[in-house]
Amino acid sequence: MPRIQIRIRTRTRLLSSLAAILLIAGCTDYYEIPIETPIKPKLDVSPFQRVLVAGFLAGGTDDVDGNLETTRLLRSQLRTKSELRVIDTDVLPLMEDAAGESATEPGSVKDEPASEPKRDARAEPRGDGPQAATPDKSPTIKEAKDLEPFEHIFADVEYWKKIGEEYQNPLIVTGTVMFTPHARSGIVQREEEVYDSFGRRRVVPVRTYQERKGYILQPKFIFIDGRTGTVMHSENFREEVLYNASQSTPALSSYFELMDRLIPSFLSTLSSQRIKGTRILLQ
Amino acid sequence: MFIRLVAAILLVVSVTPVAADARSDAKTQVAFGIAVAQRGLWREAIYRWERAVQIDPTYAQALNNLAIAYEHEGDLEKARMAYEKALELEPNNALIKQNYELFKEINDRTTPKDAPDPDPDPDPDPTP
Repeated sequence: MPRIQIRIRTRTRLLSSLAAILLIAGCTDYYEIPIETPIKPKLDVSPFQRVLVAGFLAGGTDDVDGNLETTRLLRSQLRTKSELRVIDTDVLPLMEDAAGESATEPGSVKDEPASEPKRDARAEPRGDGPQAATPDKSPTIKEAKDLEPFEHIFADVEYWKKIGEEYQNPLIVTGTVMFTPHARSGIVQREEEVYDSFGRRRVVPVRTYQERKGYILQPKFIFIDGRTGTVMHSENFREEVLYNASQSTPALSSYFELMDRLIPSFLSTLSSQRIKGTRILLQ
Repeated sequence: MFIRLVAAILLVVSVTPVAADARSDAKTQVAFGIAVAQRGLWREAIYRWERAVQIDPTYAQALNNLAIAYEHEGDLEKARMAYEKALELEPNNALIKQNYELFKEINDRTTPKDAPDPDPDPDPDPTP
Protein backbone atom coordinates (compact mmCIF):
# COMPACT_ATOMS: atom_id res chain seq x y z
CA MET A 1 0.00 0.00 0.00
CA PRO A 2 2.74 2.52 0.84
CA ARG A 3 4.52 1.49 -2.38
CA ILE A 4 1.39 2.37 -4.40
CA GLN A 5 1.16 5.73 -2.59
CA ILE A 6 4.80 6.50 -3.41
CA ARG A 7 4.25 5.54 -7.05
CA ILE A 8 1.18 7.80 -7.26
CA ARG A 9 3.06 10.65 -5.58
CA THR A 10 6.02 10.25 -7.95
CA ARG A 11 3.73 10.17 -10.97
CA THR A 12 1.94 13.29 -9.75
CA ARG A 13 5.25 15.09 -9.26
CA LEU A 14 6.44 14.02 -12.70
CA LEU A 15 3.25 15.22 -14.32
CA SER A 16 3.27 18.52 -12.48
CA SER A 17 6.91 19.23 -13.39
CA LEU A 18 6.17 18.28 -16.99
CA ALA A 19 3.23 20.66 -16.95
CA ALA A 20 5.44 23.38 -15.48
CA ILE A 21 8.05 22.87 -18.22
CA LEU A 22 5.37 22.95 -20.90
CA LEU A 23 3.88 26.07 -19.34
CA ILE A 24 7.23 27.85 -19.23
CA ALA A 25 8.04 26.77 -22.78
CA GLY A 26 4.62 27.92 -23.90
CA CYS A 27 5.02 31.27 -22.18
CA THR A 28 8.48 31.96 -23.53
CA ASP A 29 7.94 31.63 -27.26
CA TYR A 30 10.35 34.27 -28.41
CA TYR A 31 12.13 35.34 -31.56
CA GLU A 32 15.18 37.55 -31.73
CA ILE A 33 14.85 40.12 -34.48
CA PRO A 34 17.23 42.79 -35.78
CA ILE A 35 15.85 46.31 -35.89
CA GLU A 36 17.10 49.68 -37.10
CA THR A 37 15.74 52.62 -35.19
CA PRO A 38 15.72 55.84 -37.21
CA ILE A 39 16.55 58.86 -35.11
CA LYS A 40 15.27 62.17 -36.36
CA PRO A 41 17.69 65.11 -36.13
CA LYS A 42 17.07 67.45 -33.21
CA LEU A 43 17.37 70.44 -35.51
CA ASP A 44 15.52 71.06 -38.74
CA VAL A 45 18.42 71.74 -41.08
CA SER A 46 16.37 71.49 -44.27
CA PRO A 47 16.69 75.25 -45.01
CA PHE A 48 20.48 74.86 -45.21
CA GLN A 49 22.63 73.36 -47.91
CA ARG A 50 25.94 74.26 -46.32
CA VAL A 51 27.47 74.12 -42.87
CA LEU A 52 30.30 76.25 -41.55
CA VAL A 53 32.18 74.99 -38.51
CA ALA A 54 33.42 78.45 -37.67
CA GLY A 55 35.65 77.88 -34.66
CA PHE A 56 35.49 77.66 -30.90
CA LEU A 57 36.43 79.57 -27.81
CA ALA A 58 38.83 77.08 -26.30
CA GLY A 59 40.85 76.70 -23.15
CA GLY A 60 42.42 74.31 -20.72
CA THR A 61 45.65 72.50 -21.42
CA ASP A 62 48.20 74.01 -23.78
CA ASP A 63 48.96 70.58 -25.20
CA VAL A 64 45.88 70.56 -27.42
CA ASP A 65 44.57 73.44 -29.49
CA GLY A 66 40.90 72.89 -28.70
CA ASN A 67 39.74 75.39 -31.30
CA LEU A 68 41.69 73.93 -34.18
CA GLU A 69 41.28 70.25 -33.34
CA THR A 70 37.56 70.51 -32.68
CA THR A 71 36.98 72.42 -35.90
CA ARG A 72 38.97 69.90 -37.92
CA LEU A 73 37.29 66.91 -36.32
CA LEU A 74 33.73 68.21 -36.70
CA ARG A 75 34.33 69.22 -40.30
CA SER A 76 35.64 65.78 -41.19
CA GLN A 77 32.75 64.06 -39.40
CA LEU A 78 30.16 66.27 -41.08
CA ARG A 79 31.78 65.71 -44.46
CA THR A 80 31.20 61.97 -44.26
CA LYS A 81 28.13 61.69 -42.05
CA SER A 82 25.84 64.55 -42.99
CA GLU A 83 24.19 65.66 -46.18
CA LEU A 84 25.24 69.27 -45.68
CA ARG A 85 28.14 70.59 -47.71
CA VAL A 86 31.01 71.52 -45.41
CA ILE A 87 32.62 74.90 -46.02
CA ASP A 88 36.38 74.69 -45.92
CA THR A 89 37.87 77.91 -44.67
CA ASP A 90 40.21 79.29 -42.05
CA VAL A 91 39.15 78.85 -38.46
CA LEU A 92 37.74 82.08 -37.03
CA PRO A 93 39.87 83.64 -34.28
CA LEU A 94 36.81 83.86 -32.05
CA MET A 95 38.78 84.72 -28.94
CA GLU A 96 40.40 87.73 -30.59
CA ASP A 97 37.09 88.78 -32.11
CA ALA A 98 35.35 88.52 -28.76
CA ALA A 99 38.20 90.35 -27.03
CA GLY A 100 37.96 93.08 -29.67
CA GLU A 101 34.29 93.47 -28.89
CA SER A 102 34.99 93.58 -25.17
CA ALA A 103 37.41 96.44 -25.75
CA THR A 104 34.70 98.49 -27.45
CA GLU A 105 32.24 97.79 -24.67
CA PRO A 106 30.11 98.87 -22.95
CA GLY A 107 27.14 99.16 -25.20
CA SER A 108 28.98 99.57 -28.45
CA VAL A 109 28.67 95.98 -29.59
CA LYS A 110 25.28 96.38 -31.14
CA ASP A 111 25.48 100.03 -32.18
CA GLU A 112 28.80 99.88 -33.97
CA PRO A 113 29.62 97.51 -36.77
CA ALA A 114 31.71 95.56 -34.31
CA SER A 115 32.56 92.89 -36.80
CA GLU A 116 34.46 95.22 -39.13
CA PRO A 117 37.83 95.04 -37.43
CA LYS A 118 37.32 91.31 -36.88
CA ARG A 119 36.71 90.73 -40.55
CA ASP A 120 39.94 92.56 -41.29
CA ALA A 121 41.68 90.37 -38.80
CA ARG A 122 40.37 87.28 -40.53
CA ALA A 123 41.44 88.63 -43.90
CA GLU A 124 45.03 88.85 -42.77
CA PRO A 125 47.29 86.17 -44.13
CA ARG A 126 47.69 83.60 -41.41
CA GLY A 127 50.54 81.22 -42.01
CA ASP A 128 49.61 77.83 -43.36
CA GLY A 129 45.99 76.75 -43.47
CA PRO A 130 43.57 76.85 -40.61
CA GLN A 131 46.07 77.65 -37.84
CA ALA A 132 43.96 80.50 -36.58
CA ALA A 133 44.59 82.37 -33.38
CA THR A 134 48.12 83.45 -32.65
CA PRO A 135 48.91 82.03 -29.22
CA ASP A 136 50.71 85.12 -27.93
CA LYS A 137 47.56 87.20 -28.51
CA SER A 138 45.20 84.68 -26.89
CA PRO A 139 44.37 85.22 -23.26
CA THR A 140 45.06 82.37 -20.85
CA ILE A 141 41.95 80.28 -20.35
CA LYS A 142 42.40 77.67 -17.66
CA GLU A 143 38.89 77.23 -16.34
CA ALA A 144 35.39 77.37 -17.78
CA LYS A 145 34.69 80.63 -15.97
CA ASP A 146 37.61 82.27 -17.81
CA LEU A 147 35.60 81.84 -21.00
CA GLU A 148 32.58 83.71 -19.71
CA PRO A 149 33.82 87.23 -20.62
CA PHE A 150 34.08 86.10 -24.25
CA GLU A 151 30.82 84.20 -24.59
CA HIS A 152 28.82 87.31 -25.45
CA ILE A 153 30.07 86.83 -29.01
CA PHE A 154 27.55 84.05 -29.54
CA ALA A 155 24.70 86.48 -28.95
CA ASP A 156 26.10 89.03 -31.38
CA VAL A 157 23.53 88.68 -34.14
CA GLU A 158 25.23 91.19 -36.46
CA TYR A 159 28.56 89.41 -36.23
CA TRP A 160 27.10 86.05 -37.22
CA LYS A 161 24.81 87.54 -39.83
CA LYS A 162 27.82 89.06 -41.59
CA ILE A 163 29.64 85.75 -41.53
CA GLY A 164 26.46 84.11 -42.82
CA GLU A 165 26.28 86.57 -45.72
CA GLU A 166 29.91 85.96 -46.56
CA TYR A 167 29.37 82.18 -46.82
CA GLN A 168 25.91 82.20 -48.46
CA ASN A 169 23.79 81.71 -45.36
CA PRO A 170 25.03 78.41 -44.02
CA LEU A 171 24.26 76.73 -40.74
CA ILE A 172 27.05 77.90 -38.43
CA VAL A 173 28.51 75.61 -35.79
CA THR A 174 30.51 77.22 -33.03
CA GLY A 175 30.75 77.13 -29.23
CA THR A 176 33.26 76.58 -26.46
CA VAL A 177 35.68 73.75 -25.70
CA MET A 178 37.38 73.24 -22.37
CA PHE A 179 39.93 70.45 -22.24
CA THR A 180 41.54 70.36 -18.84
CA PRO A 181 43.92 68.00 -17.08
CA HIS A 182 42.45 66.27 -14.09
CA ALA A 183 43.82 64.13 -11.28
CA ARG A 184 41.90 62.09 -8.79
CA SER A 185 43.08 59.68 -6.15
CA GLY A 186 40.88 57.16 -4.50
CA ILE A 187 39.92 53.58 -3.94
CA VAL A 188 39.45 51.65 -7.15
CA GLN A 189 38.29 48.10 -7.61
CA ARG A 190 40.22 45.76 -9.85
CA GLU A 191 40.19 42.03 -10.37
CA GLU A 192 43.10 39.89 -9.21
CA GLU A 193 43.93 36.25 -9.85
CA VAL A 194 44.45 34.11 -6.74
CA TYR A 195 45.27 30.42 -6.38
CA ASP A 196 44.08 28.38 -3.44
CA SER A 197 45.98 25.54 -1.73
CA PHE A 198 44.75 23.10 -4.41
CA GLY A 199 46.11 25.32 -7.19
CA ARG A 200 42.67 26.36 -8.34
CA ARG A 201 42.52 29.77 -9.99
CA ARG A 202 40.02 32.33 -8.82
CA VAL A 203 39.43 35.95 -9.76
CA VAL A 204 38.61 38.15 -6.80
CA PRO A 205 37.82 41.86 -6.66
CA VAL A 206 40.50 43.81 -4.83
CA ARG A 207 40.04 47.38 -3.66
CA THR A 208 43.21 49.43 -3.76
CA TYR A 209 44.16 53.05 -3.39
CA GLN A 210 45.31 54.49 -6.68
CA GLU A 211 46.44 57.83 -7.97
CA ARG A 212 44.88 58.55 -11.32
CA LYS A 213 45.17 61.36 -13.80
CA GLY A 214 43.44 62.19 -17.04
CA TYR A 215 41.39 64.85 -18.73
CA ILE A 216 37.95 66.42 -18.72
CA LEU A 217 36.41 67.56 -21.98
CA GLN A 218 33.55 70.06 -21.75
CA PRO A 219 32.34 71.26 -25.12
CA LYS A 220 29.31 73.42 -25.75
CA PHE A 221 28.09 73.26 -29.32
CA ILE A 222 26.13 76.27 -30.55
CA PHE A 223 24.18 76.18 -33.80
CA ILE A 224 23.55 79.55 -35.42
CA ASP A 225 21.28 80.37 -38.32
CA GLY A 226 23.57 82.08 -40.85
CA ARG A 227 20.59 83.91 -42.38
CA THR A 228 19.55 85.69 -39.21
CA GLY A 229 22.59 85.38 -36.96
CA THR A 230 20.51 83.95 -34.14
CA VAL A 231 21.24 80.92 -32.01
CA MET A 232 19.01 77.98 -33.00
CA HIS A 233 20.20 75.40 -30.52
CA SER A 234 22.99 74.76 -28.04
CA GLU A 235 24.09 71.68 -26.21
CA ASN A 236 26.54 71.04 -23.37
CA PHE A 237 28.53 67.88 -22.94
CA ARG A 238 30.98 66.59 -20.38
CA GLU A 239 33.22 63.57 -20.63
CA GLU A 240 36.22 62.55 -18.57
CA VAL A 241 38.86 59.88 -18.66
CA LEU A 242 41.25 58.77 -15.94
CA TYR A 243 44.33 56.60 -16.26
CA ASN A 244 46.72 55.11 -13.78
CA ALA A 245 49.15 57.87 -12.79
CA SER A 246 52.10 55.78 -13.99
CA GLN A 247 50.59 55.49 -17.45
CA SER A 248 51.65 58.16 -19.91
CA THR A 249 48.87 59.04 -22.35
CA PRO A 250 49.31 61.93 -24.78
CA ALA A 251 46.80 64.73 -24.33
CA LEU A 252 45.78 64.64 -27.99
CA SER A 253 44.96 60.95 -27.81
CA SER A 254 42.77 61.54 -24.73
CA TYR A 255 41.08 64.41 -26.53
CA PHE A 256 40.14 62.15 -29.45
CA GLU A 257 39.05 59.38 -27.09
CA LEU A 258 36.64 61.76 -25.38
CA MET A 259 35.44 63.39 -28.59
CA ASP A 260 34.67 59.93 -29.98
CA ARG A 261 32.09 59.52 -27.23
CA LEU A 262 30.41 62.82 -28.09
CA ILE A 263 30.39 62.70 -31.84
CA PRO A 264 27.25 60.51 -32.23
CA SER A 265 25.24 62.96 -30.10
CA PHE A 266 26.64 65.91 -32.02
CA LEU A 267 25.77 64.31 -35.35
CA SER A 268 22.28 63.35 -34.22
CA THR A 269 21.55 67.07 -33.85
CA LEU A 270 22.07 67.64 -37.55
CA SER A 271 21.39 64.46 -39.41
CA SER A 272 19.14 61.46 -39.08
CA GLN A 273 20.80 58.31 -37.87
CA ARG A 274 19.85 54.65 -37.86
CA ILE A 275 20.75 52.73 -34.75
CA LYS A 276 21.05 48.99 -35.20
CA GLY A 277 20.04 46.61 -32.46
CA THR A 278 18.12 43.46 -31.67
CA ARG A 279 14.89 42.96 -29.78
CA ILE A 280 12.84 39.97 -28.67
CA LEU A 281 9.43 39.39 -30.19
CA LEU A 282 7.09 37.41 -27.96
CA GLN A 283 4.15 35.17 -28.71
CA MET B 1 -30.72 34.29 -3.77
CA PHE B 2 -30.70 31.11 -5.80
CA ILE B 3 -31.55 33.01 -8.96
CA ARG B 4 -28.67 35.43 -8.33
CA LEU B 5 -26.29 32.56 -7.83
CA VAL B 6 -27.42 30.89 -11.04
CA ALA B 7 -27.12 34.19 -12.89
CA ALA B 8 -23.59 34.69 -11.58
CA ILE B 9 -22.56 31.19 -12.60
CA LEU B 10 -24.09 31.66 -16.05
CA LEU B 11 -22.23 34.95 -16.42
CA VAL B 12 -18.89 33.38 -15.50
CA VAL B 13 -19.51 30.41 -17.75
CA SER B 14 -20.47 32.62 -20.68
CA VAL B 15 -17.60 35.14 -20.25
CA THR B 16 -14.77 32.60 -19.83
CA PRO B 17 -14.93 31.12 -23.34
CA VAL B 18 -15.23 34.63 -24.79
CA ALA B 19 -12.02 35.69 -23.01
CA ALA B 20 -10.31 32.49 -24.11
CA ASP B 21 -11.49 33.04 -27.67
CA ALA B 22 -10.25 36.64 -27.59
CA ARG B 23 -6.78 35.53 -26.50
CA SER B 24 -6.77 32.79 -29.08
CA ASP B 25 -7.75 35.24 -31.86
CA ALA B 26 -5.17 37.73 -30.63
CA LYS B 27 -2.52 34.99 -30.62
CA THR B 28 -3.26 34.23 -34.25
CA GLN B 29 -2.75 37.90 -35.10
CA VAL B 30 0.48 38.03 -33.08
CA ALA B 31 1.86 34.91 -34.76
CA PHE B 32 1.06 36.34 -38.19
CA GLY B 33 2.67 39.64 -37.18
CA ILE B 34 5.87 37.85 -36.14
CA ALA B 35 5.99 35.97 -39.43
CA VAL B 36 5.67 39.14 -41.51
CA ALA B 37 8.06 41.15 -39.31
CA GLN B 38 10.68 38.46 -39.86
CA ARG B 39 10.27 39.11 -43.58
CA GLY B 40 10.72 42.84 -43.06
CA LEU B 41 7.04 43.76 -43.52
CA TRP B 42 6.84 45.94 -40.44
CA ARG B 43 3.76 47.95 -41.48
CA GLU B 44 1.76 44.76 -41.84
CA ALA B 45 3.16 43.54 -38.51
CA ILE B 46 2.02 46.76 -36.84
CA TYR B 47 -1.46 46.29 -38.27
CA ARG B 48 -1.60 42.70 -36.94
CA TRP B 49 -0.31 43.57 -33.47
CA GLU B 50 -2.63 46.56 -33.21
CA ARG B 51 -5.51 44.20 -34.03
CA ALA B 52 -4.26 41.78 -31.39
CA VAL B 53 -4.24 44.53 -28.77
CA GLN B 54 -7.73 45.62 -29.82
CA ILE B 55 -9.00 42.06 -29.44
CA ASP B 56 -7.22 41.49 -26.13
CA PRO B 57 -5.98 44.67 -24.45
CA THR B 58 -4.34 42.62 -21.67
CA TYR B 59 -2.01 40.78 -24.05
CA ALA B 60 1.40 42.06 -22.90
CA GLN B 61 3.34 40.14 -25.54
CA ALA B 62 1.37 41.82 -28.34
CA LEU B 63 2.10 45.23 -26.79
CA ASN B 64 5.80 44.33 -26.53
CA ASN B 65 5.90 43.43 -30.23
CA LEU B 66 3.99 46.55 -31.13
CA ALA B 67 6.51 48.65 -29.19
CA ILE B 68 9.38 47.03 -31.11
CA ALA B 69 7.64 47.76 -34.42
CA TYR B 70 7.05 51.40 -33.46
CA GLU B 71 10.71 51.63 -32.50
CA HIS B 72 11.70 50.27 -35.89
CA GLU B 73 9.47 52.88 -37.55
CA GLY B 74 11.02 55.66 -35.47
CA ASP B 75 7.83 56.42 -33.56
CA LEU B 76 9.56 56.50 -30.20
CA GLU B 77 6.73 58.06 -28.20
CA LYS B 78 4.27 55.36 -29.24
CA ALA B 79 6.95 52.73 -28.56
CA ARG B 80 7.47 54.04 -25.05
CA MET B 81 3.76 53.96 -24.29
CA ALA B 82 3.40 50.41 -25.61
CA TYR B 83 6.41 49.16 -23.60
CA GLU B 84 5.11 50.80 -20.46
CA LYS B 85 1.66 49.27 -20.92
CA ALA B 86 3.22 45.85 -21.52
CA LEU B 87 5.29 46.16 -18.35
CA GLU B 88 2.26 47.33 -16.43
CA LEU B 89 0.54 44.09 -17.42
CA GLU B 90 3.58 41.89 -16.85
CA PRO B 91 6.01 43.72 -14.57
CA ASN B 92 8.19 40.64 -14.06
CA ASN B 93 8.63 39.69 -17.68
CA ALA B 94 12.41 39.78 -18.10
CA LEU B 95 12.30 39.84 -21.90
CA ILE B 96 9.98 42.85 -22.06
CA LYS B 97 12.14 44.57 -19.45
CA GLN B 98 15.26 43.88 -21.51
CA ASN B 99 13.65 45.30 -24.67
CA TYR B 100 12.52 48.37 -22.74
CA GLU B 101 15.99 48.99 -21.32
CA LEU B 102 17.52 48.84 -24.80
CA PHE B 103 14.82 51.17 -26.08
CA LYS B 104 15.43 53.67 -23.28
CA GLU B 105 19.12 53.79 -24.14
CA ILE B 106 18.24 54.98 -27.64
CA ASN B 107 15.40 57.21 -26.53
CA ASP B 108 17.70 59.05 -24.11
CA ARG B 109 20.04 59.91 -26.95
CA THR B 110 17.32 61.69 -28.86
CA THR B 111 16.39 63.99 -26.01
CA PRO B 112 18.85 66.89 -25.71
CA LYS B 113 20.81 66.68 -22.51
CA ASP B 114 22.38 69.69 -20.92
CA ALA B 115 25.19 68.40 -18.79
CA PRO B 116 24.98 69.93 -15.34
CA ASP B 117 28.04 71.50 -13.82
CA PRO B 118 29.55 68.53 -12.11
CA ASP B 119 31.47 68.46 -8.91
CA PRO B 120 35.10 68.73 -10.02
CA ASP B 121 36.13 65.97 -7.66
CA PRO B 122 33.13 63.96 -6.53
CA ASP B 123 35.17 61.19 -4.91
CA PRO B 124 36.57 62.33 -1.61
CA ASP B 125 40.22 61.54 -1.21
CA PRO B 126 40.28 58.61 1.11
CA THR B 127 43.06 58.13 3.55
CA PRO B 128 45.23 55.30 2.35
